[in-house]
Amino acid sequence: MAGTAVLGRLKWHVCTVVALRDETATARTIALQVPDWPGHVAGQRVDVRVTAADGYSAVRSYSIASAPGADGRIELSVERLPDGEVSPYLTQDLAVGDSVEVSGPIGGWFVWRSEQTEPVQLVAGGSGIVPLMAMIRSRMKDRSAAPFRLLYSVRNPGNIWYRDELQALAADDRGVGVTYAYTRATPPNWPRPPARVDAALLAEATWRPSLSPTCYVCGPTSFVELVAELLTVAGHRTERIRTERFGPTGSQR
Amino acid sequence: MMVQSRGFVGRRGPANITLPPGQHLTDEFPVLSAGPTPHVPLEQWELTIDDGKNVLRRWSWKAFRELPAESITVDIHCVTRWSKVGTMWEGVSLDTLLADITTDASFALAHSYGGYTTNVPLEDLRKGQAWVAFRFDGDNLAPEHGGPARLLVPHLYFWKSAKWVRGITLLNHDEPGFWERNGYHIYGDPWREQRYSGD
Repeated sequence: MAGTAVLGRLKWHVCTVVALRDETATARTIALQVPDWPGHVAGQRVDVRVTAADGYSAVRSYSIASAPGADGRIELSVERLPDGEVSPYLTQDLAVGDSVEVSGPIGGWFVWRSEQTEPVQLVAGGSGIVPLMAMIRSRMKDRSAAPFRLLYSVRNPGNIWYRDELQALAADDRGVGVTYAYTRATPPNWPRPPARVDAALLAEATWRPSLSPTCYVCGPTSFVELVAELLTVAGHRTERIRTERFGPTGSQR
Repeated sequence: MMVQSRGFVGRRGPANITLPPGQHLTDEFPVLSAGPTPHVPLEQWELTIDDGKNVLRRWSWKAFRELPAESITVDIHCVTRWSKVGTMWEGVSLDTLLADITTDASFALAHSYGGYTTNVPLEDLRKGQAWVAFRFDGDNLAPEHGGPARLLVPHLYFWKSAKWVRGITLLNHDEPGFWERNGYHIYGDPWREQRYSGD
């Protein structure tokens, strides 16, 4: 599976913030209008560069949440890390009309293309939903018939990103099967007590290995390690399990 | 050239540390892998060097650990823009592993348990620039960080330091590995910021 997704030297695009939307109390979606945007594939990310008045700049990578499109508009969803250098700025200070620079798209492995017809199992932990949401949106936009299921692990009901959109998808016949797993607190009368994802939940909420789904697992390292291991033990072939691990990388002080 | 971001202040790293362009410092050790973590029992582990046709050298875990090992303190640079300074490893130098092998090969392709591959010019593996490392920070190398043993080529971006290494194939042509076929740079020098295929 060779996808040469990055062609030619990437350049920095000066882009404009055109909309902001809160996903949760600590996460915000930022819509950017990017001049000369070459387009992307669902699952790819961009580097974002922000520069202070004295010329000091910082760069971080963020997954693209929006479906590929030709209009040069992309959406990023960013979680605010309490001790972060860049994410507090992006989620609290950035305003519509401001400029940031982006470079990309980046990544040719953790991607879903609408030519793929096999079943797809998405497993998200927390902010790991972002590239998987791009895959779901790409599927809906291109009217793909590939069977999709999403297992989405969050701490509590207030931590669900894209809540209304996922709810609409789950109710749609041609939509995406969505199962939530809560690790700290559940909605009232929820059948499963708060717990990490385990083998029983995977068996119930994900495609069987015999269907040979492509599995995309994204989240914090410990979550991805756990889920990828459980999927392997359940009988999914390792080459069908694609992973992307998220985590803060700024200097800790 | 850069566009100022209204209201962004940022933090400055320690002034005495010079990092490659576009990198920032982390004290953590983030994990990046394309798939599940392989778990390789030591009694089944082996490391080989081959020329594409024949196995030239083969070590069991026991034989590998009897080779002379070195302590290594190096900075590492991940293409996802974090750098970590002063990381401490223990490993066997590729100079030791390649000693006595006569070859006219100019390139190497490292391959790993789990199917990962990455390519490196052979001269970048010699002269004290590369190791097969089995300890990190005083502990056995954890599986998610590439244990029981990984390649360590710290002067290149860290995806070249193949986790779970099981063999090195000597080649007379440069054969792109996994990330090199998926949009990343064929060589990967952080100081020249060779991140992606067009850089």
